[in-house]
Amino acid sequence: MNFKSTIGLEVHFELKTKSKIFSPSPVTYGADPNTATNVIDWGYPGVLPMVNKDVYRLGIMVALATHAHILPQTHFDRKNYFYPDNPKAYQITQFFQPLARDGYVEVEVHGKKKRIGIHEMHIEEDAGKNTHGTNGFSYVDLNRQGVPLLEVVSEPDMSDPDEAYAYLEKLRKIVQFTGASDVKMEEGSMRVDTNISIRPAGQEKLGTKVEMKNLNSFEHVRQSLAYEEKRQQQVLLSGGRVQMSTRRFDENTGKTYLERVKEGASDYRYFPEPDIPPYKIKQSWVDEIAKTLPESPMDRRKRYIDEYGLKPVDADVLLQTKESSDFFDSTVKAGGDPVLAANWLNTQVNGYLNDHRLELADVKLTPEHLAAMIKLIKDGTISSKIAKKVFAETIANGTDPKQYVEAKGMVQLSDVSVLGPMVTKVVDDNPQSVEDFKNGKDRAIGYLVGQIMKQTRGKANPKLVNKLLNEELNKR
Amino acid sequence: MKLTREDIAHIATLSRLSFDDKELDKFTKQMGEIIDMANQLQAVDTEGVPATTQVVDRDTVFREDQPEKWQTRSEMMQNVPDSSNGFIKVPVIIDKDDND
Repeated sequence: MNFKSTIGLEVHFELKTKSKIFSPSPVTYGADPNTATNVIDWGYPGVLPMVNKDVYRLGIMVALATHAHILPQTHFDRKNYFYPDNPKAYQITQFFQPLARDGYVEVEVHGKKKRIGIHEMHIEEDAGKNTHGTNGFSYVDLNRQGVPLLEVVSEPDMSDPDEAYAYLEKLRKIVQFTGASDVKMEEGSMRVDTNISIRPAGQEKLGTKVEMKNLNSFEHVRQSLAYEEKRQQQVLLSGGRVQMSTRRFDENTGKTYLERVKEGASDYRYFPEPDIPPYKIKQSWVDEIAKTLPESPMDRRKRYIDEYGLKPVDADVLLQTKESSDFFDSTVKAGGDPVLAANWLNTQVNGYLNDHRLELADVKLTPEHLAAMIKLIKDGTISSKIAKKVFAETIANGTDPKQYVEAKGMVQLSDVSVLGPMVTKVVDDNPQSVEDFKNGKDRAIGYLVGQIMKQTRGKANPKLVNKLLNEELNKR
Repeated sequence: MKLTREDIAHIATLSRLSFDDKELDKFTKQMGEIIDMANQLQAVDTEGVPATTQVVDRDTVFREDQPEKWQTRSEMMQNVPDSSNGFIKVPVIIDKDDND
């Protein structure tokens, strides 16, 4: 029997604000426990939550970037649950009138383009963090309580784990390029829950869905879905029934395990949040935000390939993060040749960052300096060999390449009246090399170039030296 | 709407409370009376009145994204029954829909 899978994903993004969604507590990552939280986060009697304007602004950016319809009137609701990660005993979320509905993301899987629908996206507060001890106690840190989240709920449009993977990659990239979230799975600023059901091919009615929560990498999402497809098929083929449940993926075994049978949604007893007024979103504000929306990764890719003549693979490396794409754009804007800028960023800069385990924001290299260095290479002032030295200095200490090259006397030697006699002399001094050259040994010329380089301490223009040597050798 | 003993037991579970049989009987009756009282509102004629979730005449009240430090940790911890190394110490409860 053939089966069809139906997959839907819920993705939480932490929105990048300075303060929390309902209180002015600072948003921090890695601060001492319970030092970035206040009486509003803890739901003390008499406090009044007030909505952070930037939470809406960033949420609207993501809605615009995913072609979603922004609701003109939204409001918040209480989702009731008792758990120590939230001392209020309810989460403030948007259940009835979310921020936006009906968006989509376009993916390409197995060579085919497909639109994955976004059912809705809503803003809500994050809960605190529990650490479970082995001594019968848990330890609660409420710094994360009240950090703004945007939950993006897809339509159940994905029919295999590869599509789910492609959707996640695309959604992450789109959100990242809006600047609304850091989208780091490892730091929890992006979190993924999956739903999967299977049904026999030809059956209309969807099967019973199983949920998996808190998968901590895209690869685990793919593996856990693939495992569930097989497991549910075996259940159905052996005459069993799939149980509506939440399962946990164990990355060590690659299997999923029953965590618990699911509660119904009504157990959360949602009701409109009485402390917070409704929010009317004016089209004029949406238009204003749309004007500030950074160029999408799809549009950037097209520009890099069509306008700048980059290879698709180079464009994709630049587009791995918004930071590197922005850095590249600024370098080009500062006058750096696009192809050279892409090559330097993708090889030398990335190599440096990997070797030193740094991020682009951590180093002193600026787009202006990179552009200046590329100009020096392009106009023949420095050789690419010298450029590597200049680069090492610039990225490590933020030194201006032009000033450095001048101060260190690194300017490339391209003066024929100086190089000409040197070439003649080196050929005179090395009759063996002349003979080798005549016998068709190309390597002979390399040796001679090396001699000139040695004499000029690497400053000679290698192209010019090559040319002059060729001319000289052919005369002999 | 009539509340049953099972409703009360279910709500108690969701609220992490446990009641014995006597308490269940007592609370079923008491909660029923509370619901009955609230039910008197059903007598109001709401024909033509649009549904609302809000009674204040304002909307879209935003706060600017400015972080402020309010309470210190020791202030926040004053009402915490038990703490350890800056964490709030609670009995282990693992069963939850959590998003950690």
